[in-house]
Amino acid sequence: MASSTERRGTAAPILAADGTPLKQALRRSQSIERRRALALVAPLLLFILIVFVVPIIAMIWRSVYNPEIREFLPQTASALQDWDGTEVPPEPVFQAMAADMIVGVENRTIGRAAARINREIPGARSTMMRTARQVDEWSAPYREKFIEADEDWTNLEFWRILKRETRLLTPTYYLLALDYEYNAEGEIAPRPEVYQVYKGLFFRTAWMSLLITGLCVLLAYPVSYLLATQPTRTANLLLILVLLPFWTSLLVRTSAWIVLLQQQGVLNDLLVAAGLVDDNGRLRMIYNRTGTIIAMTHILLPFMILPLYSVMKTIPPSYLRAAKSLGAHPFRAWWRVYFPLTLPGLAAGCILVFILAIGYYITPALVGGETGIFISNLIAQNMQGSSAQLKLAAALATILLVAVLLIYWAFNKLVGVDKLKFG
Amino acid sequence: MALPAYATTAERVWHHAFRVICGLIFFFLIAPIIVIIPLAFNAEPYFTFTREMLTFDPAGYSMRWFDNLVTSSEWTSSIANSFIISISSTILATALGTLAALGLNRRNMPARAVITAVLISPMIVPLIITAAALFSFFARVGLSQTFPGIILSHVVLGTPFVVLTVTASLAGFDETLIRASQSLGANQSRTFFKVILPLLLPGVISGALFAFVTSLDEVVIVNFMAGPEQTPMTVRMFSGLREEISPTILALASLLVALSIILLTTLELIRRRNERLRGMSPG
Repeated sequence: MASSTERRGTAAPILAADGTPLKQALRRSQSIERRRALALVAPLLLFILIVFVVPIIAMIWRSVYNPEIREFLPQTASALQDWDGTEVPPEPVFQAMAADMIVGVENRTIGRAAARINREIPGARSTMMRTARQVDEWSAPYREKFIEADEDWTNLEFWRILKRETRLLTPTYYLLALDYEYNAEGEIAPRPEVYQVYKGLFFRTAWMSLLITGLCVLLAYPVSYLLATQPTRTANLLLILVLLPFWTSLLVRTSAWIVLLQQQGVLNDLLVAAGLVDDNGRLRMIYNRTGTIIAMTHILLPFMILPLYSVMKTIPPSYLRAAKSLGAHPFRAWWRVYFPLTLPGLAAGCILVFILAIGYYITPALVGGETGIFISNLIAQNMQGSSAQLKLAAALATILLVAVLLIYWAFNKLVGVDKLKFG
Repeated sequence: MALPAYATTAERVWHHAFRVICGLIFFFLIAPIIVIIPLAFNAEPYFTFTREMLTFDPAGYSMRWFDNLVTSSEWTSSIANSFIISISSTILATALGTLAALGLNRRNMPARAVITAVLISPMIVPLIITAAALFSFFARVGLSQTFPGIILSHVVLGTPFVVLTVTASLAGFDETLIRASQSLGANQSRTFFKVILPLLLPGVISGALFAFVTSLDEVVIVNFMAGPEQTPMTVRMFSGLREEISPTILALASLLVALSIILLTTLELIRRRNERLRGMSPG
């Protein structure tokens, strides 16, 4: 191949055995190879695209998709486009509403439109349903009849919100997910303090994950160093103590912590027996923040030890000896020579633990109580609710997904995914 | 890191202190897992050691929770469901993942980086997000609360491990062996089954074990996806831990610890065999 490119430019092209020019033959055989490689990957790629990527895109789409008003009140939606929102809409809007209502009653979709608006203005459902039942007996002009039937049709806020919700894409669920909402003037404003849940929970998830990552570093670093400096046989034996938890079911490890930490549990019994704690003053170590932190640190610790160990194994011990023999204090030798060399493993472990931690659901749900739950727990809670809550869950999940992908991307830029190794 | 003869007192103290610290951390790692095993034999329905247990009185111990596990139809059917789901999803994930890894490692693979990123992504995306996405998607296509739906979602979770482990064992693969086999008259399928597959097998098996354990342990997705007919043991354990706490859960947990010891041993044996094979080949 090399020689053919060197001779390029000579008069006669070099021919392959079947008489075609060599370059062409090479290109053809390479494209066959490419297709073969793709054919091997194609089944899994298609599978992942259909069963994973498409559902995630659908979820993101669902979090902004807002079709109800457009779908169920189509004429009203288009009639409202020219309305400026300063006074009660003119006759054509009411005429369109009447027409939509007649169709809606026939198709039994009016209830869904009313339910959708009711979510924005509590009480709007009954106004709409009451009017819808009478509207087929009326004739133009409709405006007066509507207002006669129910004062609420003069409510400007109702019309403004109706107009706002004719948008096909809405940021409503993202606003909710960050504790904002539209106020009466249609501006974005923070929700009342009692309803503010999610922003705080996002922050709590982030800082607790950071704390867990930090604890994992503290515990993993000495152990990995010990493993890396032992003879292979001893190291392999000690490694079992790391790998056994790693391979043990998450639920098993979480139930182990429930056994240990609960108020009638092993640890409290020990403390009482040792006389350190009064029988009535048993410590609350579980079903709160402490429980989540202890259990998750234990569960995620192997994910920190394994990448650290695999990096430390490659650092020759003579480096430290050299630094010391040149007069460095042991701490200085460690800090200036050894520690920088372990950074790739440390970064890999941290990112792994942090990404795993911020998405955790099972352990916080079991041992977290009220104060130790993560954002995932509220995503799960909303997934079991109404269609509006499902959309909120989709918005929360999308925010979490973007956060995870950003961290992963930054890590990939800084360290490189290929540095990630297990043992 | 044996202590040299010229070590100062401070270094000696630190050396021993360091070992004590490491011992404590190892204890932290392993103790919770060990503790639940004797508790599974508790004669009383408690999650803690009774006086009889601590004095090794035989009356304090019993097999009742293990009996309960194998006689209660709720537990046996959910254990069976778990194995149906994880074995089928492991087979599918291993087949798809191995093929893809073989393709990804071909020299002429186009867009390798992007495709690898897509194939690995189920490992990075938090489970709750995958669950949220698949829950609605499978409901729409009529696969929620069915075995195929659960199995397909577990195939998604398992394939990244297979792709990664097989890729890793392909990285040390000597391509001239393929040419050698072909020059000796073996056709493509014979070369694949007699030369390539035996060398790849350690990677394939460890990938399959990863996929198996992932599926067996998985709670988040099945919690939303499984109907009463498909409830696997993890979901039963999860709801058991939330509601009434019975040591039957600890009996199952200790069996699962035994299972992970078996898996760990298998992997270690594979690794040793692998090292032996690599050691024999020149270079």
